Amino acid sequence: MPLIKSVQGVGHRVVDSIWRLGVAARFLSMTLLQSGMSFRRFHLIVKEMFSSGVMSLIIIGVAGLFVGMVLGLQGFETLKRYGSESALGSLVALSLVRELGPVLAALLFASRAGSAMTAEIGLMKATEQISAMEMMAVSPIARVVAPRFWAGVISMPLLAALFSAMGVFGGYVVGVVMIGVDEGSFWSQMQASVDFRDDIINGVIKSFVFGVAVTVIALFEGFDAPPTAEGVSGATTRTVVESSLAILMLDFILTAFMFRGV
Amino acid sequence: MSEQALVEIRDVNFSYDRRPVLNGINMSFGKGKVIAVMGGSGCGKTTLFRLIGGALRPTRGEVRIDGKVIHELDDKGLYEMRRKMGVLFQFGALFTDMSVFDNVAFQMREHTDLPEEIIHDLVMMKLHAVGLRGTHQLMPAELSGGMARRVALARTIALDPMLILYDEPFAGLDPISLSVVGQLIRKLNDALGTTSVVVTHDVQESLKIVDYVYFISDGVIRAEGTPDEIRASSDPFVHQFVHGEMDGPLPFHYPTAATYEQDMGVNN
Amino acid sequence: MQRTILDLWVGAFVVAGIAALVVLALKVGNLSTYNVSETYQLSAYFTNVGGLKPTASVRSAGVLVGRVNSIVLDTDRYEAKVTISVDKRYQFPKDTFANILTSGLLGEQYIGLIPGGDEETLQDGGVFRKTQSAMVLEDLIGKFLFSQADSKE
Repeated sequence: MPLIKSVQGVGHRVVDSIWRLGVAARFLSMTLLQSGMSFRRFHLIVKEMFSSGVMSLIIIGVAGLFVGMVLGLQGFETLKRYGSESALGSLVALSLVRELGPVLAALLFASRAGSAMTAEIGLMKATEQISAMEMMAVSPIARVVAPRFWAGVISMPLLAALFSAMGVFGGYVVGVVMIGVDEGSFWSQMQASVDFRDDIINGVIKSFVFGVAVTVIALFEGFDAPPTAEGVSGATTRTVVESSLAILMLDFILTAFMFRGV
Repeated sequence: MSEQALVEIRDVNFSYDRRPVLNGINMSFGKGKVIAVMGGSGCGKTTLFRLIGGALRPTRGEVRIDGKVIHELDDKGLYEMRRKMGVLFQFGALFTDMSVFDNVAFQMREHTDLPEEIIHDLVMMKLHAVGLRGTHQLMPAELSGGMARRVALARTIALDPMLILYDEPFAGLDPISLSVVGQLIRKLNDALGTTSVVVTHDVQESLKIVDYVYFISDGVIRAEGTPDEIRASSDPFVHQFVHGEMDGPLPFHYPTAATYEQDMGVNN
Repeated sequence: MQRTILDLWVGAFVVAGIAALVVLALKVGNLSTYNVSETYQLSAYFTNVGGLKPTASVRSAGVLVGRVNSIVLDTDRYEAKVTISVDKRYQFPKDTFANILTSGLLGEQYIGLIPGGDEETLQDGGVFRKTQSAMVLEDLIGKFLFSQADSKE
């Protein structure tokens, strides 16, 4: 009965995923409840911000610059047909601030910092460091997970803002410096179309939500990984896959809420 | 005996799902003693260990430490109890993202409000006790296996615990490191007045340093006694274990339903 | 508290991130043109606002003088009531014309103010008496076609 078997398999996987989702939600609430120590000893967060935020700076900056430059080229090609090259500034800025900045920065963050977090915690578990901490009467959630969580949540909006700023600069370099779009209209059109509350603040909210999603997935996968080499490598892969999907789905939901009508 | 006993294990049964691991274990660890718990791989040593640490709950029976039943403690009580325990994990389990100094200082910083200067002096004392004061700036990855084990030992005794549990402290060490770690366990136990429980299968090394030995096999205690009694024992199980014989009460062959001839397809 | 190189890096990272946000807010966005406290409210009725949106700009002689606050349908008159906030530095005569204009053929719509010659100025809560609605492309084409047809007869 291969059909029944495969239906059973699907059902089993669905139940299993829902189960894991529940465990992950409990994990998040435990992390939030045990965050006190991270804020009393802020250097714990600072240390993790170095490994998640500072170490992601170069990839975020370079990627942002190139995305902005591509937007400048493609946007110019398209806008030229309608004779509205002067709108290049608003095209570059709007697409970066609303979508590409938060989304691409979060995707890069997931693969750069998220996978590292999973691997690190998975290995700490495999080498009994987590058990050792528990036996020393120190909660690993408070001491290991929470600082990494907050470091990720704080870093993500900053990285997204840097991505967008670098992208706007890249668009400026291609559009104004190389192609020769009028500098004045580039900036003034941009300012006229980008709204502080509707676009910039909403972009920051998006990247904050992505930051929560990516770090929770990364930390949970690490914490939940079987303490073996295969277990950790599988968990690292799952982190990248799951957080990428989560970012894209959340982006749709958030966009639907934020840019209704208006 | 029970007057001075720090750890009392009474009639403890434990099973994972339905698979029994421990079956009616009775042990008593006197204060100030070094006790070895030995047995072949997979005999339930590590489970026993987790029961003492409160990481697992016995299916039946109880583990008492300092008069308190471990599985009846709430989270707070358990954490308080664990602060008085030190655990040395199999491969040391040093925190790989911290230096040797920070590893040893870890519990002092987590559990006390001592000023940094005092922590510094304490850490140096602990590292000096294991002969590794010079390594305090190194990262765990830069240490050899034996040194890592000694640093882990320094970390274990950081808060002067009343009970130290050693999980396979001799696994994977060269003969010199092995003897060094063995001597340290004895020396530190006597100097600090603690009680040590060494879970191991290294018979020769542990017989040199311990006061009392329990042999576990198939979830029950097969033999117990002082090292001299063990060495002189005529029990075939103990004899096989102490002398490392290949076949004996613990069979060399994994039990199988089919005979060798059947598996090889020999018709007779 | 000991200072480490790591703290410096993280500090630099935070500063860079916040600086990027400020650049986005001021250089890319329109935060610099918001002027929250120093404004007064005026309103105008239009028969058709076309594609005018809240936060659209209000200009006089091409200079930005304010922004559109809200656009609602007034059910007494069945006309659109547009409320705008105007910078306190600028005062307009009572007979100022409010027009809905378009920047370029496909650009954004905005409100253009053409001052009249009245001595008195509009105060907070004042209403423009003279307005001109948005030009709707379909209407223009329709009118053009009719006028062509008329001239042929």
